[in-house]
Amino acid sequence: MNTDWLLQHSPALIIALPLLAAFLMPVVDRISRKARNVFAIIVLIVEEILVLFLAYDVFGGNPHIYTMGAANPLTTVPAQAAVPIRIVLEVDAMGIFMAMISATVCLAAGIYSLAFIEEEKGKGKYYTLLLLILVGMLGMELTGDMFNLFVFLEVLTIACTALIAYRSNTGDAVEGAFKFLIISSIAALFVLFAIALLYAQYDLLNMAALASAIQYSNLDKIALVLLVAAFAMKCGSVPMHFWTPDAYSVAPASITAILVAASQASLYALFRVCFSLYGVTLNLSTIGGALIIFGLLSMFVGVTMALPQKDIKRLMAYHAISQTGYMLLGVGVGLYLLAKPEFSTYGIKAMEGGIFHIINHAMYKGLLFLTSGAIFYRLKTRNLNEMGGLGHSMKWTAIFFIIGALAIAGIPPFNGFASKLLIYEAAYKVSPILSIIAMLVSILTLASFVKVFHSAFMGPKIYDVEEVPKSMLAGMAVLTFVIILFGLFPGWVVGNIVHPAAQALADQAAYIQAVIGG
Amino acid sequence: MIWAIYFAIASLLAIGIYGVITKKNLMKIFISISIMETGVNLMLIAIGYIPGGTAPIENGDFTTYVDPLPQALVLTAIVIGVSVLALALVMVINYYEKNKTLEYRRLMKW
Repeated sequence: MNTDWLLQHSPALIIALPLLAAFLMPVVDRISRKARNVFAIIVLIVEEILVLFLAYDVFGGNPHIYTMGAANPLTTVPAQAAVPIRIVLEVDAMGIFMAMISATVCLAAGIYSLAFIEEEKGKGKYYTLLLLILVGMLGMELTGDMFNLFVFLEVLTIACTALIAYRSNTGDAVEGAFKFLIISSIAALFVLFAIALLYAQYDLLNMAALASAIQYSNLDKIALVLLVAAFAMKCGSVPMHFWTPDAYSVAPASITAILVAASQASLYALFRVCFSLYGVTLNLSTIGGALIIFGLLSMFVGVTMALPQKDIKRLMAYHAISQTGYMLLGVGVGLYLLAKPEFSTYGIKAMEGGIFHIINHAMYKGLLFLTSGAIFYRLKTRNLNEMGGLGHSMKWTAIFFIIGALAIAGIPPFNGFASKLLIYEAAYKVSPILSIIAMLVSILTLASFVKVFHSAFMGPKIYDVEEVPKSMLAGMAVLTFVIILFGLFPGWVVGNIVHPAAQALADQAAYIQAVIGG
Repeated sequence: MIWAIYFAIASLLAIGIYGVITKKNLMKIFISISIMETGVNLMLIAIGYIPGGTAPIENGDFTTYVDPLPQALVLTAIVIGVSVLALALVMVINYYEKNKTLEYRRLMKW
């Protein structure tokens, strides 16, 4: 087996491996506890290596195409037909960028789970569902087919719902899961309806082929509204955000970290639809303006709702809404400025900011949720009023929390600063007020995390607890390592990873050409 | 004739959305979601329909046939819908055992 073969088939392998492993998990679970843990971690590590291996090639400048079921995976259009018929996986820089986020967060959460769920029942099912979430996310991010996107969206929904309700012995876990399930089912029906509208007009399901055929008729506009509404619901942007705090706060902390990455997969689908599917046929400044308004509302409402919270995970969930606002603002400003030729360099800068913020947010918000899980693991409470003095005994957790909190507030040596600065700069070109609001939200974010740090870690020693087990610390250390790495070398990351991703998203012609071939 | 089908689709979607928004009983919410799902599936079937068309089975004695792809899509969508519904019903049972009610009360909690 040489590396060329592996590279060519890796888009399919990346999706197939965790899918196969997920359904092998109940069998391995029968052997022994240790076999199950080793199996889960090995699968997650192999997955991460495969994704990084493919990413290295994709960032080198060649997007990968994989046609499912064809004799040669590169022939997207069969000889007898004029359009792509089979399911096509299209891996460009943006898709693999999101896949890196998903694989890394799942790896960290998987290591963390080893000790974290040790006392719960049904651990085999837990890992099965965890791998299925990974399948759903990676499928959404790598696919180039509308209906396939819908199928993976539903795989993601079912696995997430089951894991949000994992602690079903506590009353509110199931309630949070209901909210998530109802919102997700309706969003998925909207997506399916939009797919029906597009298929009725063009007889196509492939995104690239659709993008080259699309006429921007009235039905297309309705489909666009349905798709944007559905994915905005799923990513937790403000008018449809109310499921986020409930679902995030009741899920086990390791799953909450993955849910952050899962809602970003929906965010990715939103961007993919706006840029690659509709792209040049859109009135760019209108849809950009809509995304800016969504973003501002999410930022401001999220952070002001977070300030008075007493439940540590609910507070962090509201911050997740507010940080999603930054991504929408960055990419919205990008769309808005790309429509004006004299500002197009700032447009790309803004998109880089928004996209860089996606990976930063997944890392530091994942880390913060994991630390809140560590506190819950020792104290069995999420209420901030009952905590205190944990800095005396849980030193590593406290350090990880400080790093995460400083990163989310955008304090210089950490990664949040780099992406927020890019967004401030570019948003200033649209209107200084946008930058002012964005900075104000950052300050409020810092304020509420100072509050959490003070009430959880400072003060006299109240509880006689030990540090959390090593595997939980290792899970947090993985994410901390990425945060510090990105914080120390933001220029390298933006130039080599984020810029190709932003370019791939903005360049609709290249996306179409990769599948249809001119 | 074809307008009757689109009218049916619109009615099913409207009834479903109305039910999800207004009802507080969990069973009724999931029944409403199922109704919406039927509407969307009917939509997919309707767009592939050709008047007078037969099943696309290759035996040589047909001239017009309906588009088979939407039917394949609908089969997939039905399977997905069933599994979501099954998961939802399991959770409804769990919820009922805990709270002895099917009313969903925490919808507006801050």
